[in-house]
Amino acid sequence: MAGNMGRALISLPAKAKRGDVIEIRAMIAHPMETGFRPDSQGRLVARDIVNRFECLFEGEQVFACDLFPAMSANPYLSFTMRADMSGELVFRWRDDSGALSEEKRRIEVE
Amino acid sequence: MRRAGGFVVLGSACLASLASAEIPLDQRKSGADFISAATRAMQEDDTANPAMLSTLDGESMWNEKAGGAQKSCGDCHGPAPKSMKGVAARYPAYNVARQAPVDLSGQINACRTDQQKAEAFKPESAQLLALSAYIGSQSRGLPVSPPDDARLASFRARGEALWSQRIGQLNFSCAQCHDDNWGKRLGSALIPQAHPNAYPIYRLDWQGMGSLQRRFRNCMSGVRAEAYPYGAQEFIDLEVFLAHRARGMPVETPGVRP
Amino acid sequence: MTQNPSPLPSYTPTRRQMIAAGTGFAALMLAPSAQATTQEMEKAILAFTGGVKPRESRVTVDIPVLLESGASVPTKVSVESAMQGDDFVTSLALFNEKNPQPNVAVFHFSARSGQATAQTRIRLGDSQKIVAVAKMRDGSYYMGAIEVIVTLPACAEDA
Repeated sequence: MAGNMGRALISLPAKAKRGDVIEIRAMIAHPMETGFRPDSQGRLVARDIVNRFECLFEGEQVFACDLFPAMSANPYLSFTMRADMSGELVFRWRDDSGALSEEKRRIEVE
Repeated sequence: MRRAGGFVVLGSACLASLASAEIPLDQRKSGADFISAATRAMQEDDTANPAMLSTLDGESMWNEKAGGAQKSCGDCHGPAPKSMKGVAARYPAYNVARQAPVDLSGQINACRTDQQKAEAFKPESAQLLALSAYIGSQSRGLPVSPPDDARLASFRARGEALWSQRIGQLNFSCAQCHDDNWGKRLGSALIPQAHPNAYPIYRLDWQGMGSLQRRFRNCMSGVRAEAYPYGAQEFIDLEVFLAHRARGMPVETPGVRP
Repeated sequence: MTQNPSPLPSYTPTRRQMIAAGTGFAALMLAPSAQATTQEMEKAILAFTGGVKPRESRVTVDIPVLLESGASVPTKVSVESAMQGDDFVTSLALFNEKNPQPNVAVFHFSARSGQATAQTRIRLGDSQKIVAVAKMRDGSYYMGAIEVIVTLPACAEDA
Protein backbone atom coordinates (compact mmCIF):
# COMPACT_ATOMS: atom_id res chain seq x y z
CA MET A 1 0.00 0.00 0.00
CA ALA A 2 1.16 3.50 -0.79
CA GLY A 3 2.55 6.12 1.57
CA ASN A 4 1.27 6.16 5.12
CA MET A 5 -1.58 3.73 4.62
CA GLY A 6 -1.19 0.60 6.75
CA ARG A 7 -3.14 -2.36 7.99
CA ALA A 8 -6.47 -2.24 9.75
CA LEU A 9 -7.83 -4.28 12.61
CA ILE A 10 -11.56 -4.76 12.18
CA SER A 11 -13.52 -6.55 14.87
CA LEU A 12 -17.14 -7.70 14.85
CA PRO A 13 -18.95 -10.81 15.98
CA ALA A 14 -18.89 -13.57 13.34
CA LYS A 15 -22.48 -14.46 14.21
CA ALA A 16 -25.46 -12.50 15.52
CA LYS A 17 -29.14 -13.04 16.28
CA ARG A 18 -31.63 -11.34 13.99
CA GLY A 19 -32.48 -7.91 15.38
CA ASP A 20 -29.40 -7.66 17.62
CA VAL A 21 -27.51 -4.39 17.57
CA ILE A 22 -23.85 -5.36 17.23
CA GLU A 23 -20.72 -3.29 17.84
CA ILE A 24 -18.19 -2.97 15.04
CA ARG A 25 -14.68 -1.68 15.73
CA ALA A 26 -12.09 -0.50 13.23
CA MET A 27 -8.53 0.54 14.01
CA ILE A 28 -6.44 1.77 11.10
CA ALA A 29 -2.64 2.05 11.09
CA HIS A 30 -1.99 5.63 9.98
CA PRO A 31 0.17 8.42 11.46
CA MET A 32 -2.60 11.04 10.99
CA GLU A 33 -0.04 13.76 10.33
CA THR A 34 -1.86 16.91 11.41
CA GLY A 35 -0.20 19.48 9.18
CA PHE A 36 0.47 21.56 12.29
CA ARG A 37 3.56 19.70 13.47
CA PRO A 38 7.00 21.18 12.74
CA ASP A 39 9.89 18.88 11.83
CA SER A 40 13.35 19.23 13.40
CA GLN A 41 14.06 22.14 11.04
CA GLY A 42 10.93 24.00 12.10
CA ARG A 43 9.09 23.37 8.81
CA LEU A 44 5.56 22.09 9.03
CA VAL A 45 5.16 18.45 8.01
CA ALA A 46 2.50 18.23 5.29
CA ARG A 47 -0.91 17.08 6.44
CA ASP A 48 -1.74 13.45 5.68
CA ILE A 49 -4.73 12.01 7.48
CA VAL A 50 -7.36 9.40 6.82
CA ASN A 51 -10.17 11.83 5.99
CA ARG A 52 -13.06 9.47 5.23
CA PHE A 53 -14.15 6.08 6.48
CA GLU A 54 -17.22 4.12 5.38
CA CYS A 55 -18.85 0.84 6.29
CA LEU A 56 -21.34 -0.72 3.86
CA PHE A 57 -23.57 -3.76 4.26
CA GLU A 58 -24.54 -5.42 0.98
CA GLY A 59 -23.70 -2.17 -0.80
CA GLU A 60 -25.72 0.06 1.51
CA GLN A 61 -24.01 2.56 3.84
CA VAL A 62 -24.25 1.60 7.50
CA PHE A 63 -21.91 4.19 8.97
CA ALA A 64 -19.46 6.79 7.75
CA CYS A 65 -17.07 9.24 9.34
CA ASP A 66 -15.35 12.41 8.16
CA LEU A 67 -12.09 12.74 10.06
CA PHE A 68 -10.08 15.88 10.87
CA PRO A 69 -6.50 16.32 12.19
CA ALA A 70 -7.80 16.18 15.78
CA MET A 71 -8.38 12.44 15.38
CA SER A 72 -5.61 10.41 17.01
CA ALA A 73 -2.88 8.56 15.17
CA ASN A 74 -3.99 5.03 14.23
CA PRO A 75 -7.62 6.14 14.24
CA TYR A 76 -10.11 4.03 16.14
CA LEU A 77 -13.83 3.94 15.40
CA SER A 78 -16.52 1.95 17.11
CA PHE A 79 -20.12 2.04 15.88
CA THR A 80 -23.23 -0.12 15.79
CA MET A 81 -25.28 -2.04 13.24
CA ARG A 82 -28.61 -3.80 13.57
CA ALA A 83 -28.15 -7.34 12.27
CA ASP A 84 -31.14 -8.15 10.03
CA MET A 85 -29.67 -10.73 7.69
CA SER A 86 -26.45 -12.47 6.77
CA GLY A 87 -24.25 -10.67 4.31
CA GLU A 88 -21.02 -8.94 3.46
CA LEU A 89 -19.63 -5.85 5.13
CA VAL A 90 -17.24 -3.65 3.21
CA PHE A 91 -14.99 -1.21 5.07
CA ARG A 92 -13.22 1.43 3.02
CA TRP A 93 -11.21 4.51 3.83
CA ARG A 94 -8.97 7.03 2.10
CA ASP A 95 -6.23 9.39 3.15
CA ASP A 96 -5.05 12.80 1.91
CA SER A 97 -2.65 11.18 -0.56
CA GLY A 98 -5.70 9.68 -2.25
CA ALA A 99 -4.74 6.15 -1.24
CA LEU A 100 -7.79 3.93 -0.79
CA SER A 101 -8.02 0.80 1.32
CA GLU A 102 -10.76 -1.75 1.60
CA GLU A 103 -11.49 -4.77 3.78
CA LYS A 104 -14.39 -7.20 3.73
CA ARG A 105 -16.01 -9.26 6.47
CA ARG A 106 -18.98 -11.61 6.54
CA ILE A 107 -21.57 -11.80 9.24
CA GLU A 108 -23.97 -14.69 9.73
CA VAL A 109 -27.35 -13.77 11.18
CA GLU A 110 -29.53 -16.49 12.63
CA MET B 1 8.52 13.25 17.58
CA ARG B 2 10.50 16.09 19.15
CA ARG B 3 9.36 18.18 22.01
CA ALA B 4 10.35 21.37 23.65
CA GLY B 5 11.76 20.63 27.11
CA GLY B 6 9.24 19.30 29.53
CA PHE B 7 10.68 18.07 32.79
CA VAL B 8 8.60 19.16 35.71
CA VAL B 9 9.62 18.66 39.31
CA LEU B 10 7.00 19.31 41.93
CA GLY B 11 6.97 18.70 45.62
CA SER B 12 9.58 16.60 47.28
CA ALA B 13 9.49 13.61 44.97
CA CYS B 14 12.95 12.29 44.20
CA LEU B 15 14.69 14.80 46.40
CA ALA B 16 14.92 13.44 49.89
CA SER B 17 16.25 9.94 49.44
CA LEU B 18 19.50 8.84 51.01
CA ALA B 19 20.15 5.23 50.10
CA SER B 20 17.98 3.35 47.62
CA ALA B 21 16.37 0.12 48.69
CA GLU B 22 15.15 -2.70 46.53
CA ILE B 23 11.35 -2.95 46.34
CA PRO B 24 10.18 -6.04 48.29
CA LEU B 25 8.99 -8.71 45.84
CA ASP B 26 5.42 -8.65 47.11
CA GLN B 27 5.17 -4.87 46.71
CA ARG B 28 6.06 -4.82 43.05
CA LYS B 29 3.46 -3.36 40.70
CA SER B 30 3.33 -3.28 36.95
CA GLY B 31 3.30 0.03 35.13
CA ALA B 32 -0.30 -0.86 34.27
CA ASP B 33 -1.19 -0.23 37.92
CA PHE B 34 -0.10 3.40 37.59
CA ILE B 35 -2.15 4.35 34.53
CA SER B 36 -5.76 5.43 34.11
CA ALA B 37 -8.56 2.88 33.85
CA ALA B 38 -9.17 4.01 30.27
CA THR B 39 -5.58 3.35 29.21
CA ARG B 40 -5.54 0.02 31.02
CA ALA B 41 -8.77 -0.99 29.28
CA MET B 42 -7.12 -0.14 25.97
CA GLN B 43 -4.24 -2.51 26.76
CA GLU B 44 -6.46 -5.33 27.95
CA ASP B 45 -8.70 -5.56 24.87
CA ASP B 46 -6.97 -6.75 21.70
CA THR B 47 -9.68 -5.18 19.54
CA ALA B 48 -8.91 -1.78 21.10
CA ASN B 49 -5.17 -2.04 21.83
CA PRO B 50 -3.36 0.11 19.25
CA ALA B 51 -0.21 -1.99 19.74
CA MET B 52 -2.04 -4.87 18.07
CA LEU B 53 -1.57 -3.19 14.67
CA SER B 54 2.20 -3.58 15.07
CA THR B 55 1.82 -7.03 16.63
CA LEU B 56 -0.17 -8.22 13.63
CA ASP B 57 2.49 -6.79 11.31
CA GLY B 58 4.94 -8.94 13.27
CA GLU B 59 2.75 -11.98 12.74
CA SER B 60 2.86 -11.42 8.97
CA MET B 61 6.62 -10.90 9.06
CA TRP B 62 7.12 -14.17 10.95
CA ASN B 63 6.25 -16.06 7.79
CA GLU B 64 7.96 -13.78 5.26
CA LYS B 65 11.08 -15.17 3.64
CA ALA B 66 14.00 -12.77 3.87
CA GLY B 67 17.69 -12.34 3.09
CA GLY B 68 20.16 -14.37 1.06
CA ALA B 69 18.99 -17.56 2.78
CA GLN B 70 15.37 -16.88 1.73
CA LYS B 71 14.17 -18.25 5.05
CA SER B 72 11.39 -16.99 7.25
CA CYS B 73 11.41 -17.05 11.05
CA GLY B 74 8.76 -19.76 10.78
CA ASP B 75 10.91 -21.91 8.49
CA CYS B 76 13.32 -22.52 11.38
CA HIS B 77 11.09 -22.05 14.43
CA GLY B 78 7.69 -23.25 13.24
CA PRO B 79 4.51 -21.55 14.43
CA ALA B 80 5.35 -18.82 16.96
CA PRO B 81 2.46 -19.52 19.37
CA LYS B 82 4.23 -22.79 20.17
CA SER B 83 7.92 -22.11 19.61
CA MET B 84 8.03 -18.58 21.02
CA LYS B 85 5.90 -19.20 24.09
CA GLY B 86 7.88 -17.93 27.08
CA VAL B 87 10.89 -16.97 24.98
CA ALA B 88 10.70 -13.18 25.38
CA ALA B 89 10.26 -13.70 29.14
CA ARG B 90 13.79 -15.17 29.24
CA TYR B 91 15.58 -12.26 27.55
CA PRO B 92 18.18 -10.75 27.78
CA ALA B 93 20.05 -14.06 27.49
CA TYR B 94 23.72 -14.88 27.12
CA ASN B 95 24.84 -15.18 23.50
CA VAL B 96 27.89 -17.40 23.15
CA ALA B 97 29.04 -16.06 19.78
CA ARG B 98 28.94 -12.49 21.06
CA GLN B 99 30.21 -13.43 24.54
CA ALA B 100 27.64 -11.04 25.95
CA PRO B 101 23.94 -10.91 26.71
CA VAL B 102 21.59 -9.87 23.93
CA ASP B 103 18.06 -8.59 24.38
CA LEU B 104 15.14 -9.80 22.28
CA SER B 105 15.77 -7.14 19.60
CA GLY B 106 19.42 -8.17 19.52
CA GLN B 107 18.45 -11.82 19.13
CA ILE B 108 16.05 -11.00 16.29
CA ASN B 109 18.82 -9.13 14.52
CA ALA B 110 21.28 -11.96 15.21
CA CYS B 111 18.83 -14.30 13.46
CA ARG B 112 18.49 -11.79 10.63
CA THR B 113 22.21 -11.53 9.96
CA ASP B 114 23.40 -15.03 10.91
CA GLN B 115 20.52 -17.26 9.76
CA GLN B 116 18.57 -15.29 7.17
CA LYS B 117 21.67 -13.56 5.75
CA ALA B 118 19.67 -10.35 5.76
CA GLU B 119 20.47 -6.85 6.90
CA ALA B 120 19.82 -6.16 10.57
CA PHE B 121 16.74 -4.06 11.30
CA LYS B 122 17.46 -0.51 12.45
CA PRO B 123 16.82 0.26 16.12
CA GLU B 124 13.20 1.40 16.67
CA SER B 125 12.28 0.49 13.08
CA ALA B 126 8.66 -0.49 12.57
CA GLN B 127 9.79 -4.01 11.58
CA LEU B 128 11.95 -4.63 14.63
CA LEU B 129 9.22 -3.34 16.96
CA ALA B 130 6.60 -5.42 15.17
CA LEU B 131 8.55 -8.69 15.43
CA SER B 132 9.47 -7.91 19.05
CA ALA B 133 5.83 -7.22 19.87
CA TYR B 134 4.64 -10.39 18.15
CA ILE B 135 7.26 -12.60 19.79
CA GLY B 136 6.78 -10.81 23.12
CA SER B 137 3.02 -11.33 22.97
CA GLN B 138 3.58 -15.11 22.90
CA SER B 139 4.75 -14.78 26.53
CA ARG B 140 1.73 -12.79 27.68
CA GLY B 141 0.70 -13.83 31.17
CA LEU B 142 3.86 -15.88 31.72
CA PRO B 143 6.32 -14.80 34.42
CA VAL B 144 9.42 -12.78 33.59
CA SER B 145 12.03 -15.55 33.86
CA PRO B 146 15.61 -14.31 33.57
CA PRO B 147 17.96 -17.26 32.96
CA ASP B 148 19.82 -18.61 35.97
CA ASP B 149 23.11 -18.20 34.14
CA ALA B 150 26.35 -17.35 35.95
CA ARG B 151 27.68 -15.71 32.79
CA LEU B 152 25.04 -12.96 33.23
CA ALA B 153 26.11 -12.06 36.77
CA SER B 154 28.75 -9.48 35.95
CA PHE B 155 26.46 -7.79 33.42
CA ARG B 156 23.61 -7.69 35.92
CA ALA B 157 25.93 -6.18 38.55
CA ARG B 158 26.97 -3.46 36.10
CA GLY B 159 23.30 -2.83 35.29
CA GLU B 160 22.49 -2.51 38.96
CA ALA B 161 25.35 -0.05 39.43
CA LEU B 162 24.06 2.05 36.52
CA TRP B 163 20.57 1.95 38.03
CA SER B 164 21.85 3.52 41.21
CA GLN B 165 24.28 5.98 39.66
CA ARG B 166 23.32 9.66 39.68
CA ILE B 167 23.40 11.13 36.20
CA GLY B 168 22.62 14.30 34.29
CA GLN B 169 22.29 17.93 35.23
CA LEU B 170 19.43 17.04 37.57
CA ASN B 171 21.73 14.50 39.22
CA PHE B 172 19.16 11.74 39.67
CA SER B 173 19.58 8.00 39.55
CA CYS B 174 16.93 5.64 38.20
CA ALA B 175 16.58 4.22 41.72
CA GLN B 176 15.78 7.56 43.34
CA CYS B 177 12.54 7.84 41.37
CA HIS B 178 11.59 4.24 40.73
CA ASP B 179 12.74 2.46 43.93
CA ASP B 180 12.43 5.23 46.51
CA ASN B 181 9.56 7.36 45.27
CA TRP B 182 7.27 5.18 43.21
CA GLY B 183 3.62 5.94 43.77
CA LYS B 184 4.34 9.65 44.38
CA ARG B 185 3.72 12.26 41.76
CA LEU B 186 6.07 13.99 39.37
CA GLY B 187 3.99 16.83 38.04
CA SER B 188 0.60 15.21 37.70
CA ALA B 189 2.00 11.80 36.71
CA LEU B 190 2.38 8.89 39.11
CA ILE B 191 5.94 7.60 39.29
CA PRO B 192 5.87 3.91 38.34
CA GLN B 193 8.29 1.24 39.47
CA ALA B 194 9.78 0.98 35.96
CA HIS B 195 9.38 -2.70 35.17
CA PRO B 196 10.18 -3.98 31.67
CA ASN B 197 7.33 -6.51 31.44
CA ALA B 198 5.14 -4.80 28.81
CA TYR B 199 7.69 -3.84 26.15
CA PRO B 200 7.61 -2.98 23.36
CA ILE B 201 4.79 -0.61 24.28
CA TYR B 202 2.41 1.66 22.45
CA ARG B 203 2.88 4.97 24.23
CA LEU B 204 0.04 7.41 23.65
CA ASP B 205 2.39 10.39 23.76
CA TRP B 206 4.63 8.74 21.15
CA GLN B 207 1.55 7.99 19.06
CA GLY B 208 3.28 4.75 18.25
CA MET B 209 5.41 1.85 19.40
CA GLY B 210 8.73 2.04 21.20
CA SER B 211 11.27 -0.19 22.89
CA LEU B 212 12.53 -0.22 26.46
CA GLN B 213 15.69 1.47 25.19
CA ARG B 214 13.61 4.34 23.81
CA ARG B 215 12.11 4.68 27.28
CA PHE B 216 15.60 4.68 28.84
CA ARG B 217 16.63 7.44 26.46
CA ASN B 218 13.52 9.44 27.40
CA CYS B 219 14.35 9.15 31.09
CA MET B 220 17.97 10.08 30.50
CA SER B 221 17.11 13.22 28.59
CA GLY B 222 14.48 13.91 31.26
CA VAL B 223 17.20 14.17 33.88
CA ARG B 224 19.33 16.09 31.39
CA ALA B 225 21.87 13.34 30.84
CA GLU B 226 23.36 12.46 27.49
CA ALA B 227 21.56 9.28 26.45
CA TYR B 228 23.53 6.23 25.36
CA PRO B 229 23.00 5.25 21.73
CA TYR B 230 20.57 2.43 20.89
CA GLY B 231 22.18 -0.96 21.44
CA ALA B 232 24.76 0.38 23.91
CA GLN B 233 26.14 -2.23 26.30
CA GLU B 234 24.99 -0.03 29.19
CA PHE B 235 21.38 -0.43 28.06
CA ILE B 236 21.72 -4.21 27.73
CA ASP B 237 23.24 -4.35 31.23
CA LEU B 238 20.32 -2.30 32.58
CA GLU B 239 17.88 -4.65 30.84
CA VAL B 240 19.58 -7.67 32.44
CA PHE B 241 19.21 -6.04 35.85
CA LEU B 242 15.61 -4.97 35.26
CA ALA B 243 14.61 -8.48 34.15
CA HIS B 244 16.01 -9.78 37.45
CA ARG B 245 14.22 -7.01 39.36
CA ALA B 246 10.92 -7.95 37.64
CA ARG B 247 11.39 -11.72 37.92
CA GLY B 248 8.10 -13.54 38.29
CA MET B 249 5.92 -10.61 37.18
CA PRO B 250 3.56 -11.46 34.32
CA VAL B 251 4.52 -10.35 30.81
CA GLU B 252 1.97 -7.87 29.37
CA THR B 253 3.45 -7.31 25.92
CA PRO B 254 2.27 -5.40 23.97
CA GLY B 255 1.54 -2.80 26.64
CA VAL B 256 -0.14 0.59 26.39
CA ARG B 257 1.15 3.52 28.45
CA PRO B 258 0.28 7.23 28.47
CA MET C 1 -22.00 14.61 3.25
CA THR C 2 -18.28 15.18 3.09
CA GLN C 3 -16.94 18.32 4.70
CA ASN C 4 -13.74 19.75 3.40
CA PRO C 5 -11.32 20.73 6.12
CA SER C 6 -10.34 24.39 6.20
CA PRO C 7 -7.02 25.33 4.57
CA LEU C 8 -3.83 25.15 6.57
CA PRO C 9 -2.52 28.30 8.17
CA SER C 10 0.60 29.73 6.54
CA TYR C 11 2.21 30.53 9.87
CA THR C 12 5.35 28.52 10.59
CA PRO C 13 6.59 28.77 14.16
CA THR C 14 10.28 29.06 14.83
CA ARG C 15 11.96 26.81 17.34
CA ARG C 16 12.14 29.71 19.80
CA GLN C 17 8.40 30.33 19.45
CA MET C 18 7.72 26.65 19.87
CA ILE C 19 9.63 26.65 23.14
CA ALA C 20 7.91 29.85 24.24
CA ALA C 21 4.56 28.27 23.46
CA GLY C 22 4.97 25.85 26.32
CA THR C 23 6.06 22.33 26.90
CA GLY C 24 5.04 18.85 25.93
CA PHE C 25 2.11 18.08 23.77
CA ALA C 26 0.72 21.60 23.81
CA ALA C 27 3.84 22.93 22.14
CA LEU C 28 3.78 20.09 19.70
CA MET C 29 0.29 20.54 18.43
CA LEU C 30 -0.49 24.17 18.79
CA ALA C 31 1.29 26.90 16.96
CA PRO C 32 0.31 30.11 18.77
CA SER C 33 -1.66 31.65 15.91
CA ALA C 34 -3.16 28.33 14.86
CA GLN C 35 -5.44 27.81 17.82
CA ALA C 36 -9.17 27.65 17.51
CA THR C 37 -11.21 29.72 19.90
CA THR C 38 -14.61 29.44 21.50
CA GLN C 39 -15.90 31.80 18.80
CA GLU C 40 -14.42 29.66 16.04
CA MET C 41 -15.96 26.58 17.56
CA GLU C 42 -19.34 28.32 17.65
CA LYS C 43 -18.91 29.34 14.02
CA ALA C 44 -18.08 25.75 13.07
CA ILE C 45 -21.15 24.51 14.93
CA LEU C 46 -23.40 27.01 13.16
CA ALA C 47 -21.86 26.00 9.83
CA PHE C 48 -22.84 22.40 10.63
CA THR C 49 -26.39 23.34 11.63
CA GLY C 50 -26.94 25.89 8.89
CA GLY C 51 -27.30 28.67 11.43
CA VAL C 52 -29.64 26.87 13.83
CA LYS C 53 -28.71 27.06 17.51
CA PRO C 54 -28.82 23.49 18.84
CA ARG C 55 -30.90 22.69 21.93
CA GLU C 56 -28.90 21.46 24.90
CA SER C 57 -30.46 18.07 25.30
CA ARG C 58 -30.28 14.37 24.37
CA VAL C 59 -26.56 14.34 23.44
CA THR C 60 -23.95 12.88 25.80
CA VAL C 61 -20.18 13.25 25.41
CA ASP C 62 -18.41 10.73 27.60
CA ILE C 63 -14.70 11.42 28.22
CA PRO C 64 -12.72 10.81 31.43
CA VAL C 65 -12.56 14.27 33.00
CA LEU C 66 -8.87 14.04 33.95
CA LEU C 67 -6.63 12.91 31.10
CA GLU C 68 -3.06 11.64 31.44
CA SER C 69 -2.35 12.15 27.75
CA GLY C 70 -3.91 14.46 25.19
CA ALA C 71 -2.62 12.35 22.31
CA SER C 72 -5.33 9.71 22.39
CA VAL C 73 -8.41 10.60 24.38
CA PRO C 74 -11.09 7.91 24.53
CA THR C 75 -14.33 9.61 23.53
CA LYS C 76 -17.86 8.25 23.38
CA VAL C 77 -20.77 10.19 21.95
CA SER C 78 -24.37 9.09 22.03
CA VAL C 79 -27.79 10.53 21.34
CA GLU C 80 -31.09 9.51 22.92
CA SER C 81 -33.07 8.53 19.85
CA ALA C 82 -35.36 5.72 18.73
CA MET C 83 -33.54 5.82 15.37
CA GLN C 84 -36.93 5.47 13.67
CA GLY C 85 -39.20 7.87 11.77
CA ASP C 86 -38.45 11.50 12.53
CA ASP C 87 -36.74 10.61 15.80
CA PHE C 88 -33.65 9.75 13.82
CA VAL C 89 -30.09 11.07 14.03
CA THR C 90 -28.60 11.46 10.55
CA SER C 91 -25.24 12.79 11.71
CA LEU C 92 -23.33 13.74 14.81
CA ALA C 93 -20.45 16.20 14.73
CA LEU C 94 -17.71 16.59 17.33
CA PHE C 95 -16.03 19.96 18.00
CA ASN C 96 -13.28 21.30 20.26
CA GLU C 97 -12.39 24.83 21.22
CA LYS C 98 -8.59 24.87 21.56
CA ASN C 99 -7.00 22.63 18.94
CA PRO C 100 -5.76 24.33 15.76
CA GLN C 101 -9.13 23.57 14.13
CA PRO C 102 -12.55 23.33 15.77
CA ASN C 103 -13.63 20.22 13.83
CA VAL C 104 -12.82 16.76 15.14
CA ALA C 105 -15.12 14.31 13.31
CA VAL C 106 -18.56 13.92 11.77
CA PHE C 107 -20.28 10.56 12.21
CA HIS C 108 -23.02 9.58 9.75
CA PHE C 109 -25.70 7.08 10.77
CA SER C 110 -28.17 5.04 8.74
CA ALA C 111 -31.37 3.04 9.11
CA ARG C 112 -29.12 0.05 9.89
CA SER C 113 -27.27 1.84 12.71
CA GLY C 114 -29.72 0.77 15.38
CA GLN C 115 -28.24 3.30 17.82
CA ALA C 116 -26.87 6.82 17.44
CA THR C 117 -23.59 6.16 19.19
CA ALA C 118 -19.92 6.11 18.28
CA GLN C 119 -16.60 5.81 20.06
CA THR C 120 -13.26 7.12 18.93
CA ARG C 121 -9.95 8.58 20.17
CA ILE C 122 -9.14 12.23 19.74
CA ARG C 123 -6.25 14.64 20.21
CA LEU C 124 -6.58 17.47 22.68
CA GLY C 125 -3.75 19.99 22.85
CA ASP C 126 -5.00 21.49 26.09
CA SER C 127 -7.71 21.36 28.73
CA GLN C 128 -10.89 22.45 27.01
CA LYS C 129 -14.56 21.98 26.20
CA ILE C 130 -15.69 19.30 23.74
CA VAL C 131 -19.08 19.69 22.08
CA ALA C 132 -21.15 17.16 20.12
CA VAL C 133 -24.05 18.27 17.91
CA ALA C 134 -26.68 15.89 16.55
CA LYS C 135 -28.58 16.55 13.35
CA MET C 136 -32.06 14.99 13.35
CA ARG C 137 -34.00 13.93 10.28
CA ASP C 138 -36.69 16.53 11.04
CA GLY C 139 -34.12 19.31 10.77
CA SER C 140 -33.72 19.93 14.50
CA TYR C 141 -30.36 19.97 16.28
CA TYR C 142 -29.34 18.91 19.77
CA MET C 143 -26.06 19.26 21.60
CA GLY C 144 -24.10 18.06 24.61
CA ALA C 145 -20.71 19.09 25.99
CA ILE C 146 -18.02 18.19 28.49
CA GLU C 147 -15.06 20.05 30.00
CA VAL C 148 -11.88 17.99 30.34
CA ILE C 149 -8.46 18.56 31.89
CA VAL C 150 -5.35 17.40 30.02
CA THR C 151 -2.31 17.01 32.26
CA LEU C 152 1.21 17.38 30.88
CA PRO C 153 3.55 14.41 31.22
CA ALA C 154 6.30 14.93 33.77
CA CYS C 155 9.08 13.60 31.57
CA ALA C 156 8.03 14.75 28.13
CA GLU C 157 11.43 14.93 26.55
CA ASP C 158 11.75 12.54 23.65
CA ALA C 159 15.02 11.15 22.42
